[in-house]
Amino acid sequence: MTLYDLVFGPFAEFGFMRRALVGCMALALGGGPVGTLLVLRRMSLMGDALSHAVLPGAALGFIFGGLSLPAMSTGGAAAGLAVALLSGLVTRLTPLREDASFAAFYLISLALGVLLVSTHGSNLDLLHLLFGSILSVNDTALILIGVVATITLLTLAAIWRPLVVECFDPGFLRAVDGRGGLVHTIFLALVVLNLVAGFQALGTLMAVGLMMLPAAAARFWVRELCSLSAASSALGFASGFLGLLLSYHLDLPSGPSIVLVAGIAYVISVLVGPRASLRTLRLRRRWSPS
Amino acid sequence: MNGSPDRAVVLDNVTLAYDGNPAVRNLSGAFIRGSLTAIVGPNGSGKSTLMKGMAGLLRPAAGLIRSAGQVGGTIAYLPQHAEIERGFPISVLQTVLLGHWRRIGWTGGATRKLRERAQQALAAVGLEGFERRPVETLSAGQFQRVLFARLIAQDAGLILLDEPLAAVDWRTSEDLLRLIASWQQEGRTVAAVLHDLDQVRAYFPETLLLACEPVAWGPTRDVLMPRNLRRARRVAETWSGNAGHHWTDPESWATPALQRDHRVIENKSGPLWQDGVGSDRSVR
Repeated sequence: MTLYDLVFGPFAEFGFMRRALVGCMALALGGGPVGTLLVLRRMSLMGDALSHAVLPGAALGFIFGGLSLPAMSTGGAAAGLAVALLSGLVTRLTPLREDASFAAFYLISLALGVLLVSTHGSNLDLLHLLFGSILSVNDTALILIGVVATITLLTLAAIWRPLVVECFDPGFLRAVDGRGGLVHTIFLALVVLNLVAGFQALGTLMAVGLMMLPAAAARFWVRELCSLSAASSALGFASGFLGLLLSYHLDLPSGPSIVLVAGIAYVISVLVGPRASLRTLRLRRRWSPS
Repeated sequence: MNGSPDRAVVLDNVTLAYDGNPAVRNLSGAFIRGSLTAIVGPNGSGKSTLMKGMAGLLRPAAGLIRSAGQVGGTIAYLPQHAEIERGFPISVLQTVLLGHWRRIGWTGGATRKLRERAQQALAAVGLEGFERRPVETLSAGQFQRVLFARLIAQDAGLILLDEPLAAVDWRTSEDLLRLIASWQQEGRTVAAVLHDLDQVRAYFPETLLLACEPVAWGPTRDVLMPRNLRRARRVAETWSGNAGHHWTDPESWATPALQRDHRVIENKSGPLWQDGVGSDRSVR
C-alpha cells in the first residue's frame, strides 16, 4: 500500500468519503470564526451547552420523521434557539448569570432528549444522534452544511464590528449603540445553526469540538483577530481530513476521530506553539535576567 | 426649563434607583453648556448612578433628565471600571477608531480622514507611534490614555467621566486633567466624578457635592467648604444607616462614634475627604 493509497485512496475511491471531506471543509469555514469569537467572549462552555440543547429537538424530529435530515435539523435548530433565547431572557430578567441559566436549560434539554430517544428508539439511534455517522452525509446534508456556512460568513460580515466591540468593550457598545443584545442573539443563532449543520456528520455532542478545539489551538499560533479565524478554519479542516482517514483505516466512528485529531492539534499547540505556549514561557524564564 | 440653549443637561427633580434602591434623590439643576463640573461625594452617594442616568443608560425612577443626546447633541461616556477585555487582540489605533462609531456604524469603512483624526487624538494624549501596538501590551496608564483618545475621536458636546483617574499614576493624571480642561476651552460640557479634592480645586470651576441627595452645587470654592463636606458625610451616614452596608465603606461602620469627626474615610483609590477633614480640624 503506497502513501497515495493511504492518504488519498479512500477519498478517490468512495463518494461518501469525498462528501464527508467537503462537509468538513464547509463546517470548518463557518466554525472557525464562530469558534474564535466564542473563545474570545469566554463562552466556550456555552457552545457545549448549546450542543446538548439541540438533542431533544433532533430526537423529536427523529420520532416524527425517522432518520430524515430536514426533520431532525429543524427540530434541533428549534430546540437550540429556544434554549438560547430562554436563557438569555432569564439572564436579562433575573440576577442569575448567563452561564448558570444556560447550564440549567441545557441540562433540562439534554435529559428530555435522552428520555425521548430511549423511549422511542433503539440504543443504536441514540448513538447515531450523539456521535453522528459518516455514511449519512448525503447530498441533502452537504447542501444544508453549505447553506449554513454561507449564511454564517455573510451574517458575520454584517455584524462583525459590533460583535467584536461587544466582546472587547461591552460598556462602550451600550453607550454608542443600543443594539448589542440583538447582535448577541444573532450570534447565538449562528452557533446553533453551525452545531445543527455539524451533527449529521459528527453527532450533537461532537459538533462543538470541531468549533472549539481549533479556535482554542489557534490562540497559540497567531494574534490578530482575522488570522485567528483563518487559522482555526484551517486547523478545523486539517483535523477533518486526518480524522476521516483515521476513522476509515481503523474503522472508528467519524465524529470522535475528527474531534480527537483536533484535540491532539490543541495539545501540540499548548506545548510548542510560538505564542505563549508552555515552550515559549519556559524559554522566556530561562533567558530572563532574574 | 428644557428648551434653553445654554443648558447641556437639565435635571428636574430626578430620582434614580439602582436594583430597586434609590441612589440619587430629588436632584434638580442644570449643567450649563461649556461648563466643567466635578461630581464628588462619599462612597455610595449615587455619583456613578447619576452618570449612567445622564448617559441615558438608566431611566429615572422619577423626574426628568434632558441631556444633549435627546436634543440632537452627542454624549461621550467613560464608565468607571470599564468592563474591558484587556487581553483582546485589537490594536491601539483600532480602539481609537471606535470613537468614530457614530459616523462609521456597523459596516462603514474608516476613511483616511478618520484615520488621521484618530492619529491626532493619539498624539494629543502623548501616544504617538503607538498606533499598531496591541492593547494587551499597554500599562494601565497608557490604556487610560487610549480611552481618552477615543473620547477625543467621539467629538461629543457632552463628556461624562466616571472616576477617570482611579488607576493611573500622578503624571498621567496631570496630563489627562489638562486634556479635560482643554475640552472645556473647546466649548464642550464636561462632568467628571473625582475623589481627589485637590485635583477638583485645581482644575474644576464647578462642583456638585452629592450624598444621595444634592448637598451643594455651584462654584467649587463655595461648594467644598468644610461645612458642606461635614454635611455630606452626615447625610451619607444617615442613608447608610437606613439602607445597609453597601452604601458606604464598611470601615466607617466599625469606627466608634467618638472618633467619627476626626476619621479619614478611605477607599481603594486612596484617602478620601482627607483634606476636608483636615480643614475641619483647622476650623475647630
